[in-house]
Amino acid sequence: MKPDLTTRDAAILNGDEGEAKRFAMEIVVQAAEIMNATNLIDVSFLHIDACHYYGRAHIDFAQYLVDLKARFDIPAWTNTIPVNLEGSDIRADADPTFSREARQLPGLYEAMGAKPVWTCAPYQLLGGPEFGDQIIGSESNAVAYYNSVVGARTNKYGDFFEVCAGLVGRTPYAGLHTNAGRRGTLLLDVSDFSDDLKSENMFHHVLGYLTGKLAGAGVPVIKGLLSDTTKDQLKAISAAVAASGGVGLFHAIGVTPEAPDLETVFQGQSPRQTIKVSSDMLMNARDQLTTVSNGPVAMVAVGTPHFSFSEFQSLTALMDGQLVHDDVTFYVTTSRFVRDMVAQEGWLEMLENAGIDVIVDTCTYFTPAVKNCRGRVMTNSAKWAYYAPGMLPIDGVVFGSLRECVETAIRGAAWRDPDLWCEQTWQRTL
Amino acid sequence: MAENIVKSRVLNPGEAAAPAMVLDDPLSFWGGFDPLSGEIIDQHHPQAGQRVGGHALVIPSSRGSAGTPAGIAESIRLGVGPAAIILGREDINIAVGASVAARLYSIHVPVVVVEKNDFSILRDGDTIEVLRDGTLRL
Repeated sequence: MKPDLTTRDAAILNGDEGEAKRFAMEIVVQAAEIMNATNLIDVSFLHIDACHYYGRAHIDFAQYLVDLKARFDIPAWTNTIPVNLEGSDIRADADPTFSREARQLPGLYEAMGAKPVWTCAPYQLLGGPEFGDQIIGSESNAVAYYNSVVGARTNKYGDFFEVCAGLVGRTPYAGLHTNAGRRGTLLLDVSDFSDDLKSENMFHHVLGYLTGKLAGAGVPVIKGLLSDTTKDQLKAISAAVAASGGVGLFHAIGVTPEAPDLETVFQGQSPRQTIKVSSDMLMNARDQLTTVSNGPVAMVAVGTPHFSFSEFQSLTALMDGQLVHDDVTFYVTTSRFVRDMVAQEGWLEMLENAGIDVIVDTCTYFTPAVKNCRGRVMTNSAKWAYYAPGMLPIDGVVFGSLRECVETAIRGAAWRDPDLWCEQTWQRTL
Repeated sequence: MAENIVKSRVLNPGEAAAPAMVLDDPLSFWGGFDPLSGEIIDQHHPQAGQRVGGHALVIPSSRGSAGTPAGIAESIRLGVGPAAIILGREDINIAVGASVAARLYSIHVPVVVVEKNDFSILRDGDTIEVLRDGTLRL
């Protein structure tokens, strides 16, 4: 089906606004036909994933557009990249071509006018999209967070398309951009678990992982989260549902902005399926995220998605002047923006003095691996635990809470919090 | 043997004749695929270890990674990508990857979608000819 184009869409397609926009509009219209969209709509924000290098085609695409003098007319913020642009090369084993081209690509997007934030958690920065905004998201956790927690609207877009849509400021009106596409499909009920468990961040990582596996590419609705569920906890769900499933939007009744009640999220219809989450389901999901027995740990990796200011506050309090064990590399990945805020508080210096490496622009689960990435690795991130075993040369992952990660880093061996792991904590209260 | 004709929906135009490689599961072309060699590296995938180069790749769809278009385009650029891609459902990421490769490198890898019944008759190793209008000759 051919979408209805406005006069301006047609003019762009005709090359009236230059060759770069003509090229971009051809791709957008091709996608609109594939999606059976009736028309295109304006978008007001772009999160770019195509700045994340892993092949020459990434460079050729961006260079082609730069040569055509492409410029973004809307705010265009950049996702994480495989390298840290400020510091030394933390991917020491990467081949020289990879390192050189991965550092070359970001500059091409800056030349097109992108804001160089290099983060997978752009929603932690000020001045981003707001409720109801139609936007172009790409990185999967950011898509889920913008849709679910902010209430902005985007499909999960891939490399190249997202740049093209951003250049013309238009996208096919389909999927999660529409009201109908945002209707809940599946109801998950966690009402019966204790408030203590539901205030623990680990719960949200596990719940997100379980929800993604159950929902596939649907729109899951979670009932029973605490009304004071934090942004960090919603970030954890966003990252995990998008990793274990294809979820681009979830609703949490009484928590997320489009979900005041069941009637609203299901738009007057019944859920296709309702699941009362059991203790076994939750504990099985939790245990699947650990792939190796307890023992010495070579690396602790937190900050997937990028660590927030409040997470740094918790980490600083948990470290409390203690030192990371000599045999452990402790990485925290974050954005430059949050790193600078943490530095102003004096926490960055404290953490670095304790032996923690705070890394910006990138993440630790990408291949090629960061330095000292081997052996047994501990993380507090379900997303990290899900991806890393297939991508990195490690023996396995130990998944736990931030407190367990800190205690493990200090001791040099995986430590479990007995209160958190006792069977009773994960039982339903009713 | 009687020639079979199957109609498909063209997502990215091109022509090819190549032996089919049928993948049982969707695949992410970022993380699950090495664009430098064309090898399937997702260890959970039933066809892990196989190289897609020169084949008419029969695949239900990609998995949701944002990186899939770049993995497709890079493998096409290097000549280790599929000769044609025959999908079980519409997939923008695969179509855009092939479309960008066509525009940047003038290598036109056809991407088409076939109906469910037609998808299930495509067999590993059979030669599939894809015409520009989406006609498949088996």
